Amino acid sequence: MTKIKNSSSENNKVEEEKEYSILNLGPTHPATHGIFQNILKMDGEIIHEAEPTVGYIHRAFEKIAERRPYNQIRPLTDRLNYCSSPINNIGWDMTVEKLLGVKIPKKVDYMRVIIMELARIADHLICNSVIGVDTGAMTGFLYIFQWREKIYEIYESICGARLTTNIGRIGGFDKEWTKETWDKIHYFLEHYPKALQEFTNLLERNKIFMDRTINCGPISAEMALSYSFTGPNLRAAGVDYDVRVMNPYSSYQDFKFDVPIGQSGDTYDRFMVRQHEMWNSLEIIRQAIKNMPKDEPFKADVPDFFLPPKEEVYNNMEALIYHFKIIMGEMDIPKGEVYHCVEGGNGELGFYLVSDGGRTPFRLHFRRPCFIYYQAYPEMVKGIMLSDAIITMSSMNVIAGELDA
Amino acid sequence: MELLEKIKTAITEKFPQAIENYEVSYDFPVFYIKKDEIHQVLEFLKTDTELNFHFLTDLTGIQSADEKQLGVIYHLHNMPKNYRVRLKTYFDINKPEIPTATDLWPGANWMERETYDFFGVKFKGHPKLKKILNVDEMDAFPLRKDFPLEDQTRDDKSDKMFGR
Repeated sequence: MTKIKNSSSENNKVEEEKEYSILNLGPTHPATHGIFQNILKMDGEIIHEAEPTVGYIHRAFEKIAERRPYNQIRPLTDRLNYCSSPINNIGWDMTVEKLLGVKIPKKVDYMRVIIMELARIADHLICNSVIGVDTGAMTGFLYIFQWREKIYEIYESICGARLTTNIGRIGGFDKEWTKETWDKIHYFLEHYPKALQEFTNLLERNKIFMDRTINCGPISAEMALSYSFTGPNLRAAGVDYDVRVMNPYSSYQDFKFDVPIGQSGDTYDRFMVRQHEMWNSLEIIRQAIKNMPKDEPFKADVPDFFLPPKEEVYNNMEALIYHFKIIMGEMDIPKGEVYHCVEGGNGELGFYLVSDGGRTPFRLHFRRPCFIYYQAYPEMVKGIMLSDAIITMSSMNVIAGELDA
Repeated sequence: MELLEKIKTAITEKFPQAIENYEVSYDFPVFYIKKDEIHQVLEFLKTDTELNFHFLTDLTGIQSADEKQLGVIYHLHNMPKNYRVRLKTYFDINKPEIPTATDLWPGANWMERETYDFFGVKFKGHPKLKKILNVDEMDAFPLRKDFPLEDQTRDDKSDKMFGR
């Protein structure tokens, strides 16, 4: 038997010569929604390797906080996740309240719940509508975005600001909500569900959208846990961890709501988890309004953090002293270490506060969910197409302000 | 606190010398662990079936009040039972070396890079220990207490009193 040459598989093996090209995605790219750079090693249109560079808008909040009195740190937290600043503000207030051991009236808790859930809706709404834009569906975004505006109007009537809200005080709110605020909230509750339903109809069972997002950028539950994922991204992977349920704060134990979870942790699941959470948030707000305690103050009894009325400041020495002390930030803060976490728009937002009894924190660390889960991004986009990497990023809801702190 | 006792017993059984101190701080069990045994303790807490601290919530650095020591703080979480624990380990500021936790949790990677960036803690065995948020040219560790917040080049100014 003679051996025929060139028929064995060994000889047919073709040595493929591969040359990867380097592509800079960012630092300022319209599709990244923030300032991130990704140095991608591309094999044609397939991503072979990704190397993220972060820190372009780092503002050293943790250092600045070491020189600021406690009530002046709240404006810094605004600028973390600026899509849902009230959650950050209230999370910080609750951290200090935990350190001080303040007892908060139920009414304040419920008012905070309303604000935080509105903020969650605003956050998820931006994220989900932008997933639509990145997949080519502009309509949903344009249609639903005016409802974020309505939420901002509610913030505005409470605290005067829209994006960087600095809402509330340590111990409650600075004043009672006006009738106008309540009218705006009721208007929102009445009309927003219709818009959300239409948005749902546009995308949720849309064949094109589903084909585009299902199995795009998936992450398994094990991997999500090992990368310390939290929030909707972890729930989309199938882990029912929600800080509101596990470590209830601000009377969340009084409310009934579901924790939606996904299965495969892909872009579609992340989208769907956020969709369901928006419906849940509406339900929570309705419960809060219904069970809102009457005849309770809108703030706790912490005179160290509330400016006395102006007439008293001008006519009463005690009040003048208090006014000066509050403005200069000369309050007695107990020594101690606190870790407090809230369910932010995109995960467990933690505040690790070390006080040595001085006027400022000794050390303050923000556990920023974005920063922690964004490191899994290179792993998630390996081997997928560039266009899929873009929607994977937008579905992860990475916010530059929170990432870089 | 029941949880504190439970963790304390479990750690002391395995590593009799590891715990330097412990306390309960605002419903949070806190353990001060010796630097040399921190990695073994973390691994034990993660793999132990009873304690099962499988989730690394947070990792960050701190400088001690006397400015002579640096510390690394771990927050661990057992989700099914909702146990949380804080581990702290302090070491000399002139020899800031500590084993990495990236082999236990890949998520520790950036948190350790951030700690290195701001405090100069060198994590031995870290796959890629380089600056993350600050510019590459930065030659100081800005969250250390000797780094002034403003006007790093001036010496006629003290911001001890009012923060500026």
